[in-house]
Amino acid sequence: MISSIIFIILLASASYLFYKNISKIRRNILLGKDIDRKDNPKQRWETMAMIALGQKKMVVRPVAGILHIIVYAGFIIINIEVLEIIIDGIFGTHRVFSFAGVLYNFLIGSFEILALGVALGCAIFLIRRNIIKLKRFASKDLDGWPRSDANYILITEILLMTAFLFMNGSDSILQSRGEAHYIQAGSFPVSSMLSPILSGLTNETLIFIERFCWWFHLVGILAFLNYLPYSKHLHILFAFPVTYFSNLKPKGEFQNLETVTNEVKLMLDPSLTPPPPPETPLKFGVKDVFDLTWKQLLDAYSCTECGRCTSVCPANQTGKLLSPRKILMDTRDRITEVGKNIDTNNGTFADDGKTLLGSYITEEELWACNTCNACTEACPVNLDPLSIIVDMRQYLVMEQSSAPAALNSMFTNIENNGAPWQFSPSDRLNWASED
Amino acid sequence: MAECVARGEEPEILFWVGCSGSFDDRAKKITKAIVKILNHVNIKFAVLGPEESCTGDPAKRAGNEFLFQMQAMQNINTLNGYNVKKIVTGCPHCFNTIKNEYPGLGGKYQVVHHTQLIQQLIDSGKLKVEGGAFKGKKITFHDPCYLGRGNGEYEAPRTIIQKLDAELNEMKRSREKGFCCGAGGAQMFKEAEKGNKEVNVERTEEALETNAEVIATGCPFCMTMMRDGVKHFEKESKVQVLDVAEMIAQANDL
Repeated sequence: MISSIIFIILLASASYLFYKNISKIRRNILLGKDIDRKDNPKQRWETMAMIALGQKKMVVRPVAGILHIIVYAGFIIINIEVLEIIIDGIFGTHRVFSFAGVLYNFLIGSFEILALGVALGCAIFLIRRNIIKLKRFASKDLDGWPRSDANYILITEILLMTAFLFMNGSDSILQSRGEAHYIQAGSFPVSSMLSPILSGLTNETLIFIERFCWWFHLVGILAFLNYLPYSKHLHILFAFPVTYFSNLKPKGEFQNLETVTNEVKLMLDPSLTPPPPPETPLKFGVKDVFDLTWKQLLDAYSCTECGRCTSVCPANQTGKLLSPRKILMDTRDRITEVGKNIDTNNGTFADDGKTLLGSYITEEELWACNTCNACTEACPVNLDPLSIIVDMRQYLVMEQSSAPAALNSMFTNIENNGAPWQFSPSDRLNWASED
Repeated sequence: MAECVARGEEPEILFWVGCSGSFDDRAKKITKAIVKILNHVNIKFAVLGPEESCTGDPAKRAGNEFLFQMQAMQNINTLNGYNVKKIVTGCPHCFNTIKNEYPGLGGKYQVVHHTQLIQQLIDSGKLKVEGGAFKGKKITFHDPCYLGRGNGEYEAPRTIIQKLDAELNEMKRSREKGFCCGAGGAQMFKEAEKGNKEVNVERTEEALETNAEVIATGCPFCMTMMRDGVKHFEKESKVQVLDVAEMIAQANDL
């Protein structure tokens, strides 16, 4: 009875806390400007099904891809077990789904195999990060919190799976000894291998282990849930909306700025009546997170820092400062900082003298980009760091006129000669009369 | 184009030459190869000549949206003025910009890249291709970003190369994983940021690893970067950099 009450209080407060933190993230994302990503719902659902649910782009790198699918499938399917834990916890029952008989045995058996797969997968991931030190994980992008974050996630998952297996292992021995409350249910292909360790223990110790692991599994999951808003692991939820809102246009197509279109039309045709001046002066490009779209902010929260983008970026791979992963990480750090600022200032943002461009991202990074779309192609969930880079270039060029001198010459040439080099337009057809 | 209109003719297709194809000495050869192919198959085409102006691509990628849209609208005025319906470009950047970014500004045309047109001509039997000088040669194809990833066209240039009975050896990074030549995003017009290697050197190194005698591409900027890369490794005498259009023109003795 008491344990049921404790359970319900834990469950309710963890859910409330999670709801509160996710609402804050939602508010932060909606600080961004609007962009239409609601067209073609059919294609959007399909994209989400293929990319997020089906993990299509993960398997481009087979080792990481297959391990990730095991961990992901384990995560999703073991949630059925969590549902049972929740019902058992509220009503004080034990293995409430066991009425399903053979199906239940099959389910528990498959959970165990998956749990072992998840634990092994996470162990290999830890080895790749910390012992083999793959280049994209050894990168300085991840120095400090991001590297620890990744390790905490993997260790937690291993602990949760271990607890699950020890819970079942003790349970199955208690079942075989006919201990009251431990009804005959489930099949235990993996945890039965723990019996050499467990079978020598007394019933009291086994009940303690079983109960401890049960609580550990539950509290662990609730704690993990509330860790998500602070972690790169948020991608397990955000991968779904972010792929739904993917860019469906050809990657080569960059958005045309409507505000600029209006101005250019006026310049080319002075007879047009200019619209009334806007209340806030027009600003072009992106300087801070407020100038980004909600999709770009959603991208930042969805990035799990895998670094596939950076590992294919021609600028990064030839030693330049640019890292598309860092662009997204910086964006998330800045929007998180802005969100905290709003929380401490009763709902309004108080100028902190910082901006995304300048305080986090430098001009040198932005000018190194080849706009080659290798990063957007490599991203397993279709994130778009490139759009942030180009939008910031727009700010540098159109608001600050601070493009590199060579680019300013190129602009001047296009303006004066209609070509990026200093050639006369009248020479355009010279090739036709040359050998 | 103006002359066509004066004669009351309506060409089937407009050949958008591009700034490189008009002014860069190496790229002019690509332009001439495309013209030879068009003439060979008796397609009535026109060029804008002095009326053509930069599409605005490098300005847009560099963040100068104003200049881009100024260029775009002037070009759209010209193109719409001549009632242009179909365009072939000699450059993936012009191709991408006119195909994808002009429609929103009022310029709606059917746009193909020259490798796509050549493939269509081969498929429809209008253009016969035999290997000629390229028969059995080791060739590798460098994907231009704005043709490949930018617009999903990986096969047209490869299909053409295979028609030459050549041995197409892919680089480690090709198609969706293709590695940029280093010119995109307006890098062509500026010095690279500080790093430990030039992008074109990295890419050329990879191309040379295939032991190719010809590095084929479909973009005048890639052409410049890959040629510079080949020079960097002092392989000019052994390795040619050619546009797919030039290979077709050479193979057919056009």
